[in-house]
Amino acid sequence: MSAPALADEAAEAMAAGTTVAELRADKRVRRRRATLPYVLLAPGIIWLVVFFIVPMWSIVSTSVETGDMDTGFVLSWRWANFGDVWSQWHQQIIRSLEYSLMCTVFCLVLALPLAYFIAFKAGRWKNLLMALVVAPFFTSYLIRTLAWKTILADDGWVVHAMNTLHITPLLSGMGWTYSDNSVLQTPFSVVCGMVYNFLPFTVLPIYTAMEKIDPRLHEAGQDLYASAWATFRKVTFPLALPGIVGGTLLTFIPAVGDYTNAVMLGGPKTKVIGTVIEQQMIGTGGNIPYGAALSVLLMVGTLVITLAYIKKAGTEEIV
Amino acid sequence: MSKDTDTRPRAVSERGRARVDTEAGDLKLVNVTKRFGDFAAVKDLTLTIPQGSFFALLGASGCGKTTTLRMVSGLEEPTAGRVLLGDHDVTRLRPYKRPVNTVFQNYALFPHLTIAENIAFGLKRRGVKDIKKPVQDMLDLIELSHIGARKPNQLSGGQQQRVALGRALINRPQVLLLDEPLGALDLKLRRQMQIELKRIQTEVGLTFVHVTHDQEEAMTMADTIAVMNMGRIEQLGSPTDLYENPKTTFVANFLGQSNLLPGKVAGPVGEHLQVVLEDGTRVLIPAARNRAGGEEVIVGVRPEKVSIHSSAEDVPDGHNVLAGGVVTDTSFVGVSTQYVVKGPYCDEFGVFVQNDGALIHRPGSEVVVSWDPSQGFGLDGKQDIDAGAEADLEAGS
Repeated sequence: MSAPALADEAAEAMAAGTTVAELRADKRVRRRRATLPYVLLAPGIIWLVVFFIVPMWSIVSTSVETGDMDTGFVLSWRWANFGDVWSQWHQQIIRSLEYSLMCTVFCLVLALPLAYFIAFKAGRWKNLLMALVVAPFFTSYLIRTLAWKTILADDGWVVHAMNTLHITPLLSGMGWTYSDNSVLQTPFSVVCGMVYNFLPFTVLPIYTAMEKIDPRLHEAGQDLYASAWATFRKVTFPLALPGIVGGTLLTFIPAVGDYTNAVMLGGPKTKVIGTVIEQQMIGTGGNIPYGAALSVLLMVGTLVITLAYIKKAGTEEIV
Repeated sequence: MSKDTDTRPRAVSERGRARVDTEAGDLKLVNVTKRFGDFAAVKDLTLTIPQGSFFALLGASGCGKTTTLRMVSGLEEPTAGRVLLGDHDVTRLRPYKRPVNTVFQNYALFPHLTIAENIAFGLKRRGVKDIKKPVQDMLDLIELSHIGARKPNQLSGGQQQRVALGRALINRPQVLLLDEPLGALDLKLRRQMQIELKRIQTEVGLTFVHVTHDQEEAMTMADTIAVMNMGRIEQLGSPTDLYENPKTTFVANFLGQSNLLPGKVAGPVGEHLQVVLEDGTRVLIPAARNRAGGEEVIVGVRPEKVSIHSSAEDVPDGHNVLAGGVVTDTSFVGVSTQYVVKGPYCDEFGVFVQNDGALIHRPGSEVVVSWDPSQGFGLDGKQDIDAGAEADLEAGS
């Protein structure tokens, strides 16, 4: 440190009524404080770079490569890959979106009354019921999905009951199943499996949001001429909306990419985009850039739908 | 009933608000009982609340006052008995179908709605078309027009309280129920709101039923007070009537303070009865204010009716005199001085003396207390002499 600088420091210390040593210590503390946020952020940033940015870059760059399995793939910036995959597999992409949309809607229809009941009516059974909602997670996803094959088997009691109640012809009339006495290997069985597997993801956030609602607000609603249903629409629903948006997103987003249910409970006519990607990336398709292009396409599509949904649900009063 | 309606302040109809106009009338509870399991919260309660009155249900926590209120609003269904609005039996009517609104204890404002939307809620649900003006009028009445667009969590406690009041009041209910509406406010704000509530009630002329554990609050605002204890009404009357002529030790202790001295009736002396206290002192009570049927009687006198003297010579003629007391505590509170006197007649005899410049008796000084016999009252001697005293402490804490 130069002599004038030292003199400045001494003057500064004098002005502050402290010694030079104290002033230096003080500056060190301040410097440490300034860097502290970055130190704390570092693990998160490193995690994001390694597990998000790098894979993302890798998949985007792969999606514009050309080549084949034998000679390897080179980055040629061939954007036409996207056009190729769309014209070849747009049916599967749309089907995936359809299935996950149906799954989300059915999950919501089931989750709203369930979460409402657990949050407001279950009393001391609350915790037990919540445990039951998450209990399926203790078993493997694959085994649970496989179990639905037995549940929906042609000679199982579920199908028998549906036959008796004339639900099966109704479903096949709607095009959700393909024959009057069987439901497996159809969109219906696939969506059943998806709804079953994703239901807890819808219930949990909605329950959490509803649980925070003061039950006295229901009394206030009833006191102010709102029937139970009107109170639900005008008070409970808007207050639970953040949970509903969260729950439906947690269901919809993973459901778009899900193909386990389609593979295990579906058939040739229910092939979803996840299966195509899997075949291209590591299976018999053998065109890794196509697989990557499909992944990017699906990701962007889901992102656009999600953003549009959040914007709508977040800014407009839902009546 | 039309005569009653005519006497109501004109302001009501001039505002032109939609009212639930079933045949207006008094609120009646007939033999109402409410049991929760084995516990009877309200026992065979019969009560008539005249239209347009400010009625207070006063009692300690757990006395059944809130349950009574909830049965009127419909949030609780009576186990037995009937609730009538005018000639209309509403006992089994769902809460949203009753022309009754509640100001909830912790307001229960809708957090996702603005102040104006909160106030408009009831009108909207009833399908009233033109709500803009009534909402604006109500915002003016509760003096919150400038913040109608805010959300409840941006408001202070007092402001939230007024929104809760406005939200209920805008519906012009036949009966407005107030469940400890001022409980969450600090003392100063509570005083202010008491006056405001009373003003609004006079202005709109609706029946207000006010539940509170605060006897001062009840006395300040209500025309009629029902003191409740253990699911029953202990006594019903105007604030002055309850204070001056308590019927039971519970009311005497719960409503203000009372000095209660057990004794036995010796016989009539003119318009008075002579009572021999436990220490042998003879005092007089007005025969008209004696509630005791038998020989055993509890003589009661309010601390502010008692005067305190250094010697028996200073006692005015004709006063009841209790001699041989020693001051154990003196608290000077400015407008008055509060003494606790220990004597052979009572361990803790309270005396409030107005600050008229007279000598303040220090703890330890020997004193004589006295009161005009007309100011005393007699209660049935077979009751628990401390009833209501602890309840008041509990509720006040």
